[in-house]
Amino acid sequence: MQRNDSDRYKVFTRRAALFGLGQAALVGGLAARLYYLQVIESDQYKVLADENRINLRLLAPPRGRVLDRFGVEIATNRQNYRVLIIREQTDSVERTLNRLGELIRIEDWQRQRVLREVERKRKFVPVAVADNLTWEEFARINLHSPDLPGVQLDVGETRDYPLHEITAHAVGYVAAVSEADLKEHGDDPLLELPGFRIGKNGLERVYDLHLRGRAGDSRVEVNAYGRVIRELARRDGQAGNDLVLTLDAELQRFAFERLGELSAAAVVMDIHTGDLLTLVSTPSFDPNAFNVGVSRDYWRSLIGNKMKPLTNKAAAAEYPPGSTYKMLVALAGLEHGVITPDQRVFCPGHMVFGNNTFHCWKRGGHGNLAMVSAIEESCDVYFYEVSRRLHVDRLADMAHRFGLGKATPLGLPGERNGLVPTAAWKRAVRGEPWHLGENLSIGIGQGYMLATPLQLCVMAARLANGGFAVEPRLVRPGGDLEDGDDLRTAAERGVPSLKVSPASLKVVLDGMKGVTLSQRGTAYASRIKEPGMAMAGKTGTSQVRRITKRDREEGLHRRKDIPWEERDHALFVAYAPVEEPRYACAVVVEHGESGSKAAAPLARDILIECQRLDPSRRPGRARFAQSGDGGRGT
Amino acid sequence: MALSTIGGPERKLSIGRKLWEVNWGLVLLVSLVASVGFAMLYSAAGGSLDPWASRQMIRFGVGLVLMLAIAVIDLRFWLKFAYPAYAMAVLLLVAVMVFGTIGMGARRWIDLGPFNIQPSEVMKIALILALARYFHGLTIEEVRKIRWLLIPLAMILLPAGLVMKQPDLGTALLLIMTGGIILFFAGVRLWKFALALGAGLGTIPIAWQLMHDYQRRRVLTFLDPENDPLGSGYHILQSKIALGSGHIFGKGFLQGTQAHLNFLPEKQTDFIFTTLAEEMGMAGALTLIGLYICIFAYGLAIALRARHQYGRLVAAGFTGMFFLYVFINIAMVTGLVPVVGVPLPLVSYGGTSMMTLLVGMGLLLNVYVHRDLQLPRRLDGGLG
Repeated sequence: MQRNDSDRYKVFTRRAALFGLGQAALVGGLAARLYYLQVIESDQYKVLADENRINLRLLAPPRGRVLDRFGVEIATNRQNYRVLIIREQTDSVERTLNRLGELIRIEDWQRQRVLREVERKRKFVPVAVADNLTWEEFARINLHSPDLPGVQLDVGETRDYPLHEITAHAVGYVAAVSEADLKEHGDDPLLELPGFRIGKNGLERVYDLHLRGRAGDSRVEVNAYGRVIRELARRDGQAGNDLVLTLDAELQRFAFERLGELSAAAVVMDIHTGDLLTLVSTPSFDPNAFNVGVSRDYWRSLIGNKMKPLTNKAAAAEYPPGSTYKMLVALAGLEHGVITPDQRVFCPGHMVFGNNTFHCWKRGGHGNLAMVSAIEESCDVYFYEVSRRLHVDRLADMAHRFGLGKATPLGLPGERNGLVPTAAWKRAVRGEPWHLGENLSIGIGQGYMLATPLQLCVMAARLANGGFAVEPRLVRPGGDLEDGDDLRTAAERGVPSLKVSPASLKVVLDGMKGVTLSQRGTAYASRIKEPGMAMAGKTGTSQVRRITKRDREEGLHRRKDIPWEERDHALFVAYAPVEEPRYACAVVVEHGESGSKAAAPLARDILIECQRLDPSRRPGRARFAQSGDGGRGT
Repeated sequence: MALSTIGGPERKLSIGRKLWEVNWGLVLLVSLVASVGFAMLYSAAGGSLDPWASRQMIRFGVGLVLMLAIAVIDLRFWLKFAYPAYAMAVLLLVAVMVFGTIGMGARRWIDLGPFNIQPSEVMKIALILALARYFHGLTIEEVRKIRWLLIPLAMILLPAGLVMKQPDLGTALLLIMTGGIILFFAGVRLWKFALALGAGLGTIPIAWQLMHDYQRRRVLTFLDPENDPLGSGYHILQSKIALGSGHIFGKGFLQGTQAHLNFLPEKQTDFIFTTLAEEMGMAGALTLIGLYICIFAYGLAIALRARHQYGRLVAAGFTGMFFLYVFINIAMVTGLVPVVGVPLPLVSYGGTSMMTLLVGMGLLLNVYVHRDLQLPRRLDGGLG
């Protein structure tokens, strides 16, 4: 037995030695593995560990405000009082919601959404219950917060347009970033930020980068579930710059309300600086609705409206200028010597040219007329005659000089070029040579002619300022508020001249004065009686539908029962005051039927209000001036 | 050796004397390793004794008393107890299939009211005792004959099969490997191991071919319970990140970001080695491995000092199992082997494995205390 055990012992010791060797090899392997991971590959894993725990969170900068020329806020950032709920901080989400429902109104669908979202998200992620609370509601919840476990109050920022519909078309709106926006300018990481808003239309879009600011960032340590443990570093971003507009919010509001229910546009401009004091299009829409996402019903009501509330009729819609174009025809005639101011043209009520008869708006005719009277009474035959004597390109040249046929430098989204036909244009587009007969339609602003109300206002301004190529602007250069000091004229400001002789211009302006001030003038009824505020202007009524011979015989073309869409557009361009002019105005009422009856009274009221407010002479209000220098009021 | 009386009859030692005889060096080592565990559990809880470290300390304290008690009980009792213990363990394994509590998708526990019993843990100890007793009775010539090997093979495969049914592949493999180690120390020819290994590997592809798709999927899930990219792949990646970012000296005690921010899964149980290596670096990890190497060395030394085959095999078997735990756990967290739920002995949080290991340690100490005992090969003659 003893011998036997020593045999077993011998084997055992050998096996133990083998086992020890095996162990040593395996433990050596583990040590080598540790060396590989902890020394050789260590740097790589350190980076991964930091990537794990450190999250870069972008901080959205506050968007710059949009102010009117006096510092009135047109677009600003409103505090958005929100109430959120955090599941892990309450025993029962439902019970908390019930208590919350006693303090603020919580709709059933809101409740369902919250309960759904709370289940889906991680238990420490806050879920929004309601936003845009009033201060009273916010305070009430705050007061009861000890009884509301899991409820968190939060103040966020949201874009707010305090003037709502009034400035919607000029200023535009912001909305969530779309795929297309990302493709267009996707280099800014801010665009990827959930809930970030980008300028989608109007000046919000044109000046988006100016208003946007630069993103800040915050490095936070997070755990494996994404919960933030602490902030490691923070770099504040740069707030967006404010944008000071040339608009006068008060005048803008007045014009908007004056246009009322009409489908119309009105533009008021300082004839020396080009400052647009008003740019209104009706009906309008509420830009605040686009910020949070338009409701289906609201969107349908906008899309379904035949008055097209979403279109900026002041700049993104074109109309035949009609008789408002006659000043430029007269100027072209005078400048090219085809007519003198005193040369009379006989108007029998129509003109026969080739196989066509061209009618004057006055059936019986105006008789013998010189230029000033022809403008006053808007005689069509007179201008058929003048345009007949001119080459179409000469007419076009004058139109171009006064700002027609090409979009203004404003660059508003959707802004149209209008149309000023030339012989070359017709060949290129229609493949036909120009017929002299077409001059006659052009002579009364019909035919191919198209212009935006904005362009017509520029035209009126360039006439009124003595023939200087003032350009419209919506943003104050240098971002300064109005101080009422700078009253230099366009000439004194070095605005380039249009090279029209002052004598010719005077004849045309006399005609425009006659329109409102002479008893025979087409807009005499809409003259401004306030002393020193009198305006000069020109009516226009442009056909939407060709008037057939048969219509004329049946007297159809003025009938009240033709559909709204086929009624004539009513136009009026004006400037005021007649002595030392300062403001130009253009009004277009879609399907308003008569320039003198529908458009002229609107222009009159707007120009009275404008001169009453006198935006170029009135210094900015001090309180706004202060908050304008980078200060961010709430 | 000084205490032994060569060729003399078995001596009765008093309890006090036996306690004096206990290898306190090994007890110290075990306590050191457990203390590393306390420290890491304290850190894993974000610098708090709650909820893990304090409970682990209590368990260790209870386990330590149990260990010493086992150490001083006469070795012959354990020898006689070997087969009944094994039979009981098999019965418990059968019982668990019938009455067991289902947890984590497997039937592993029997609920006994105040505490639960995990029969597979009982079997780990019982198998060592039973095999040691079996081989104690064989001459080296008999060991080398295949027919004498059939019984021990059945003793290994029966519980392994039952455990695999639970299903708990990790423990089943551990039982097979522990049994294999005892066979190895008993002197079974090496070529037989090679043959068994070859046969084992050879049947895998054949079995694979015969299986249905759903069975294969079941086996895959069985082998690797979290074989989706966000499951086990994620765990191992996070573990490697924690290890790698620890570098040589670590991020400092309580400073491990991976563990503290919960990127590391199971940081207090299976992945506690990673928690250590992240905070203490490679230096800390190697230190702990060094402590384990000392325990392995003590274990083998005790086996070699024993004057009877039973003691040698118990000591070597337990040391082998202890080594398997350490190796598999560390290899698992460093991404060398697939994730199987094997804890790091004495360090990982968990009462069951702590008890099993301390009972095993008690047996190891028991062999040391009774190293010079005279044990006849045929027990019916020698044991009174």
